[in-house]
Amino acid sequence: MRNAKQRMPETLALQSNAERRRPPRILPRIHVETRKLTLRYGPHVAFRDITLPIRQGEITAIVGPSGCGKSSFLACLNRLTDLFTDCHVTGSATLVGEELVGTEIDLTSLRRRVGMIFQKPNPFPLTIRRNLELPLREHAVSDRHEVQSRMEEVLRAVGLWDEVHARLDTPALRLSGGQQQRLCIARALVLRPEVLLLDEPCSALDPISSGVVEDLIHRLRETYTLVIVTHNLAQARRIADHVALFWVKDGAGHLAEHSRCRDFFESPKCELTAAYVRGARG
Amino acid sequence: MRESRTDRLLELACWCSAFMVLAIAGWILFDVMGHGFRRVDLNFLLGSPIDAGRQGGIAPILVSTVLILGVCMTVAVPIGVGAAVALSEYGSEGRRATRLIRASLDVLAGIPSIVFGLFGNALFCRALGMGFSIASGGLTLACMALPLVIRSTEEGLRSVPVEYRHAAAALGMSRTSTLVHLLLPAATPGLLVGLVLGIGRALAETAALLFTSGYVSRWPTSIFDSGRTLSVHIYDLSMNVPGGDGNSHASALVLVALLIGINLTASLMANVWLRRRIRT
Repeated sequence: MRNAKQRMPETLALQSNAERRRPPRILPRIHVETRKLTLRYGPHVAFRDITLPIRQGEITAIVGPSGCGKSSFLACLNRLTDLFTDCHVTGSATLVGEELVGTEIDLTSLRRRVGMIFQKPNPFPLTIRRNLELPLREHAVSDRHEVQSRMEEVLRAVGLWDEVHARLDTPALRLSGGQQQRLCIARALVLRPEVLLLDEPCSALDPISSGVVEDLIHRLRETYTLVIVTHNLAQARRIADHVALFWVKDGAGHLAEHSRCRDFFESPKCELTAAYVRGARG
Repeated sequence: MRESRTDRLLELACWCSAFMVLAIAGWILFDVMGHGFRRVDLNFLLGSPIDAGRQGGIAPILVSTVLILGVCMTVAVPIGVGAAVALSEYGSEGRRATRLIRASLDVLAGIPSIVFGLFGNALFCRALGMGFSIASGGLTLACMALPLVIRSTEEGLRSVPVEYRHAAAALGMSRTSTLVHLLLPAATPGLLVGLVLGIGRALAETAALLFTSGYVSRWPTSIFDSGRTLSVHIYDLSMNVPGGDGNSHASALVLVALLIGINLTASLMANVWLRRRIRT
């Protein structure tokens, strides 16, 4: 091959170089994928038959009215559903091809790879430092320098370092709501996950903190695969690459539409999405 | 206008009730202090009782009291904390075993102390051959303090918001380390409250100890020796020893002072513990 290229006339070679410099048009690989995922609480079906591919390095926003199983869907992806009594999951959910549903996987390592941020900021009632140390120690990272450098790295990544580096040993609960939420994101990032699940991470925050956290989430894109549940359509439009609309049908949630962000808002496939985006429904 | 008068009357009535409580507490303290204060001195605290307790001090009785409390807490705290963790962390509400343990706790809490005394006498003194001893008394008191310790530890564990458990699980933390690093520290103030209640109940106990630790007032030589606690001493002096009233009041003063001291220390410890937990 190389010989062939060398023998090419100069003009042709230049042209092919120019072509090679163009960014590759490769679709991101599927990172997390669910197939016919169904979740029941006892007899009640929370959502049914959700088939949703989630691409690597993208932000997938899940929108829809309350009670259509968005948060429960997220909880399937890190098996937090194991904590809920009476909860039964069927179908398939895979993380890079590895099956998560109904298998005896190592939950500790799954949850290291798939981090989660909750609606209400929930730092532990410990110091800022201990909040970050505790998960590291749990995952056998105990080298002082390593702990210190990871701590600084994630606090910088969430833009907290300048605000808190002088008071790492003060209680995390003394931080403001927005700072607490960013600390929670840092706490998830300190384990170097691949996927971050965010369950309405901004809805308990004031508008300014919400904006800061939203910018942070947007920055995390590409380094991480993000799945964010949000009630804020404008937010989904600003940050998401793909949008999934969950809706309630026959008392259970289902996936009404899943498309690229621009298509979702400008040329939705189904009538429901159009009405939802217009504000006529939901 | 009329409404505001009703409001004021109700408020007045409530304040009257509140002052009544204050008055009762004040009266008791005043009475005990008034009768006992002049007799309590270093000789009283460090001396042995003379003439069946009419004269002399209470040193051996204080030592027996401390030993009995020690035995009681050494047994009650580990069992109590273990049971509380089992009930609130590992047991599910619907399970039969959980319900059974809860029901037996209610029974334990409701049993009159005299019955505990008889039980302790039958089990520890006779069946286990410990005789009338500090060990028998302490173990009997441990049975009595258990429900209090379990209840308050459980309350403490339950008061930990579910968000922390979710956060810990989402970070891949195991149940054990969630328990050790988050739940138990958070439950410690509750545990301390339970301890204080338990110690209070144990210190105040007379009936159960008459049957189990006996009321020999000399220095105990070991925990298998018989010993008399402060409450038993007070009872004996005022009921069985004519002319023992003076020292009985003095002992009562020491007992009340001990209880108040323990309460204050516990709330101080709870504060310090909370602060340290947040620092380190």
